[in-house]
Amino acid sequence: MNREDFPMLEQNIVYFDNGATTLKPKCVTDSIVRYMTQHTSNIHRGDYDAAVITNTLYDGTRNVVADFVNCDPNEVIFTSGTTMSINQVVFGFMKSHLKRGDVVLLTKSEHASNILPWVKLKEQVGIEIQYMDLDEDYSLSVESVEKSITEKTKVISIAHVTNVIGDVRDVEAIGKICKDKHIYFCVDGAQSVPHMKEDFKKSNIDFLSFSGHKMCGPTGIGVLVGRYELLQEMEPLCYGGGMNNFFEADASYELKDVPVRFEAGTPPIAEVIGLREAILYLQKIGMDKIHKHEVELKKYLLSKLENISNIEIYNKNSDSGILAFNVKNVFAQDTSVYLNHYRVFVRAGNHCAKILKDEIGIKNTVRCSMYFYNTKEDIDKMVEALEKSEDIFKVVL
Amino acid sequence: MDNDLRREIILDNYQDPMNRGLVEDSDYLKVNTNSESCIDNLDFMMKIDNNIIQDIRFDGEACAISTSASSIMIRSLIGKSVDEAKEILKNYKNMIDEKEYDSDILGELNVYDEICKQPNRKNCALLPSRAMDKLLGELEGYGK
Repeated sequence: MNREDFPMLEQNIVYFDNGATTLKPKCVTDSIVRYMTQHTSNIHRGDYDAAVITNTLYDGTRNVVADFVNCDPNEVIFTSGTTMSINQVVFGFMKSHLKRGDVVLLTKSEHASNILPWVKLKEQVGIEIQYMDLDEDYSLSVESVEKSITEKTKVISIAHVTNVIGDVRDVEAIGKICKDKHIYFCVDGAQSVPHMKEDFKKSNIDFLSFSGHKMCGPTGIGVLVGRYELLQEMEPLCYGGGMNNFFEADASYELKDVPVRFEAGTPPIAEVIGLREAILYLQKIGMDKIHKHEVELKKYLLSKLENISNIEIYNKNSDSGILAFNVKNVFAQDTSVYLNHYRVFVRAGNHCAKILKDEIGIKNTVRCSMYFYNTKEDIDKMVEALEKSEDIFKVVL
Repeated sequence: MDNDLRREIILDNYQDPMNRGLVEDSDYLKVNTNSESCIDNLDFMMKIDNNIIQDIRFDGEACAISTSASSIMIRSLIGKSVDEAKEILKNYKNMIDEKEYDSDILGELNVYDEICKQPNRKNCALLPSRAMDKLLGELEGYGK
């Protein structure tokens, strides 16, 4: 659906790398071009007309985000992306709230950005990291979460949807458990917020991170949504202009209120404006409709791949638009180079989930990650190429 | 070079590479290429005696180009002096980077002379040469 909104699709390509980044609709690029050609100005300091337009768009984006994920506008912090959002939580909040021996629960299918900051915090503070058991299909059940919790558990930090397996975690149930047991609940929304309805309040999330570029927005912009009381206890990682009320030569200073105190320096204004447009665009389509479409596409893809004997699939069961597979006895990168020959764009590798190999027993996969603008015809093109894949080396060498 | 022949040589070296498998021997210098990219992960080891490369071995996971290039390069370098090896590596990298090179000393490595037509695969072809550079650099480090 909505294919006509995406100029890149005019190149007759099949774009299946949406887990890495998504295509940009014209309304998003237009909004950025408008800022750069018609109302360029910095925020918060200008009295002229262009600055008023920019200011209104920039500040108003907090309301747009708040409406999108159900939080308060003053709980929305603009960051450079999911990675920065999680680092802000770990080093700006958890570092001063956790102590030696406190346990953080993760899973082995998390992205590097939800593991390495915790590993660094372990070095710095002495927290313990434990990985919750995954089920046979590599999904995380609520039972596994419950079973992993002890008195020492202080944080559960998980992706709502993982980026290789694509399993959808029951964040509402897990959030309730965390609330009841006074455990901080951090959700990596990079692969969920673009694809389904995310509800910050209903799921009792304490910190939610996501990126603009994986949801039709520009790169360089992401969001950290944090519960307001917790944000007041969080330390900024960056200090400078725009985030202070005053500072004096005697080293006294006062920071601005939450959330602005976390946005030192000139923020990515064009990117915030692009993100705003992207969210409005997605809302117009409808998140439930997007999710339903992707699940349908995956079912269709699975039904087609079942007929090809040399394809190994790792995540049949997950309810998202992500399929991880390999052509038997072919290195994942060779398969992606092969598919590129047919103008089918997929990604090969470990997809930054480097310890998932402990679970699935294989390091590298081909990942086909779909979005609402993908169609059954896209899938047919990929399947047709895979059907001919016995001559893969004739094509790639 | 004829395309079928080129493909056959690459495929042979991918499916049955030379000296695949590492050995436990402290006389070998070792290097891993994991940091070079997100996906290829090859270990290389090299034994040098009297300034002559006696043996090179490798193992790990990588694409057809990286694996076959490793195999062919190992075959090209074993028995060569360190200086001869450096000369081969220099010319090989020049070939991949579309600079002037001497094809006479590259032998079978010439099968990659058209890899520049696929820019996304240049790094695959360069993976073993980078590993060899590191190993030879390590050797010089020991000498200091």
